Amino acid sequence: MNLTPSSGILSVSGLSFRYNGTGQAVLRDLSLEVPAGTITAILGPNGSGKTTLLRLLLGILQPQAGSIRLVGRSLDSYSPRERSRLLGLVPQEEHIPFDFSALEYVLLGRAPYLRPLEIPGEADRQVALEALRAAGLEHLQDRPLPTLSGGERQLVTIARALAQQPRVLLLDEPTAHLDLGNRGRVLDILRRLAAQGITLLLTSHDPGLAAAIAHQAVLLRAGQVVEAGPVEGVLTAERLSATYGVPVQVFQVEGRRVIITN
Amino acid sequence: MTAADSSLQAIRPPPPASLAAGRAVAGRRTLFLLGLALLLVLLLSLLAGRYPAPFWLSPTRLWQDPMARQLVLNLRLPRVLTACLLGMALAGCGTVLQMIFRNPLVEPGFLGVSQGAAFGAAFSILYLGGAPLLVEGSATFFACVGLALSYLLARRARYGGWILRLVLAGIAVSALFSAGVGMLKYLADPLTQLPGIVFWMLGGLWGVTWSDLLYLLPAVLAGLTVMMLMRWRLNLLSLNDETAFSLGAAPGRERALLLVAAVAATAAVVSVAGIVGWIGLLIPHLARRLTGAGAEKALPASLLLGGLFALVCDDLARTLLAGEIPLGILASLFGAALFLVMMLSKNIRVQR
Repeated sequence: MNLTPSSGILSVSGLSFRYNGTGQAVLRDLSLEVPAGTITAILGPNGSGKTTLLRLLLGILQPQAGSIRLVGRSLDSYSPRERSRLLGLVPQEEHIPFDFSALEYVLLGRAPYLRPLEIPGEADRQVALEALRAAGLEHLQDRPLPTLSGGERQLVTIARALAQQPRVLLLDEPTAHLDLGNRGRVLDILRRLAAQGITLLLTSHDPGLAAAIAHQAVLLRAGQVVEAGPVEGVLTAERLSATYGVPVQVFQVEGRRVIITN
Repeated sequence: MTAADSSLQAIRPPPPASLAAGRAVAGRRTLFLLGLALLLVLLLSLLAGRYPAPFWLSPTRLWQDPMARQLVLNLRLPRVLTACLLGMALAGCGTVLQMIFRNPLVEPGFLGVSQGAAFGAAFSILYLGGAPLLVEGSATFFACVGLALSYLLARRARYGGWILRLVLAGIAVSALFSAGVGMLKYLADPLTQLPGIVFWMLGGLWGVTWSDLLYLLPAVLAGLTVMMLMRWRLNLLSLNDETAFSLGAAPGRERALLLVAAVAATAAVVSVAGIVGWIGLLIPHLARRLTGAGAEKALPASLLLGGLFALVCDDLARTLLAGEIPLGILASLFGAALFLVMMLSKNIRVQR
């Protein structure tokens, strides 16, 4: 991939993975370079290996071949605490069966900074409030999570990851369940985070999301990179049609890309 | 849209800065009051009973009557302490299991622990003579067998996610053991052995001595200590695995440690007191109502409330009638009643 390799904050080379038991490789010889402070979208049809890639980048899964480097060091070489200070996760949907208040939940993001068995203190509370403020949710700090709307909950999840003060944020389908207004709110905050220097890597099955906010896009199909690079080069009618297996058209409307299928 | 959005937020009144801090103080005050109440009830429980007259022993009598002093020191004190530990262990175990299994309906009987203990007790009454320590040892042993079987079964099963498999395995193992208990009851001598099994299964603390208390103390204290030390981690473990992992936790290992602590404490108290239901399910819910869901407050509140609830139930069990009412029956009665009240008042929650 040709994305200025020297500035990569997260780089992947030759990554291959198969779940034990099933013979089929989920990811094959995948390489990827993510520059600092940018937004990268991993795109592909369902089952193309996006989620598996995310789990590998997080360190939950171990690849059979290839390496992942985070801020210049091998991902394996970090302790869980060190790693979680650099790398945060916003899962697609967080189901929490207890009535935590928004602030209590965001405070969980302070775990990487606590000594074992320590309980978060006033300084952590301030960071958590700051994170809630960054997500525009300070007024909801005392509300129990189940009383929040879907969009608010997604923003609280982002705030929880921000309380980790990460350099890199992984987001799994960040707007999949959101209506138009909430989608706009989430995208707005993601853009702001990138402008502040946080590197964002998100998965989506929706190329429209990548067109809206990403700097780079990676098209995955059956575990392999079809195309990767700046969005203008990747999100073309030809490539999208080939990847998704249906005719796709791309229009330019007021300088932005609009992607439709027939 | 962005501009409109941020201007909207500017219009909203800013939240009072002291609100969160105020809640923290309120939480601490709740815990303090609960602790105070528990201490008070502990002391009063020593005076409650049916000697010399029903319900009440006056402190002056305690001072003058050597028999009353003996009774309080050798019978009531160990029993009162055991009741308190029983409630704490069951309620603490309930809170821990609910959070690590991410399911507010889980209780300590889950994973074959209670039914395993019941089988162990019945087995030793029938075939090993039924000496108290032997019953307790056998109950503890089979409680651990129940847990191990559930765990191994869940490991081997090829269906659903890990938590679902554990739940199903727990149900299956419990059913196996309760069938075993049924068989033992059928085989038991109806005049000599059956009453022992039935009374054990009804749950109660009659005849608890200092040696029973010393038997269960190490496991209960160790279990409660681990739970208390890891109380904030419980919040982390109630998230899904990936999120907990991304926050630097080792969800598998930390859950296993807490599970062992919770089950050790439960097995110890169940082996002495028999099956006492509802405390482990009800008290954690009640505690969360009082302090909020964060386990750093909800767990200590749950321990204190559990101790309080078990103590009051046991006091009633031994003072209400001339004969003793099994604690398990009273705990279920009050527990279920309280649960009904909580269910009906669920919607009356103040929302800011």
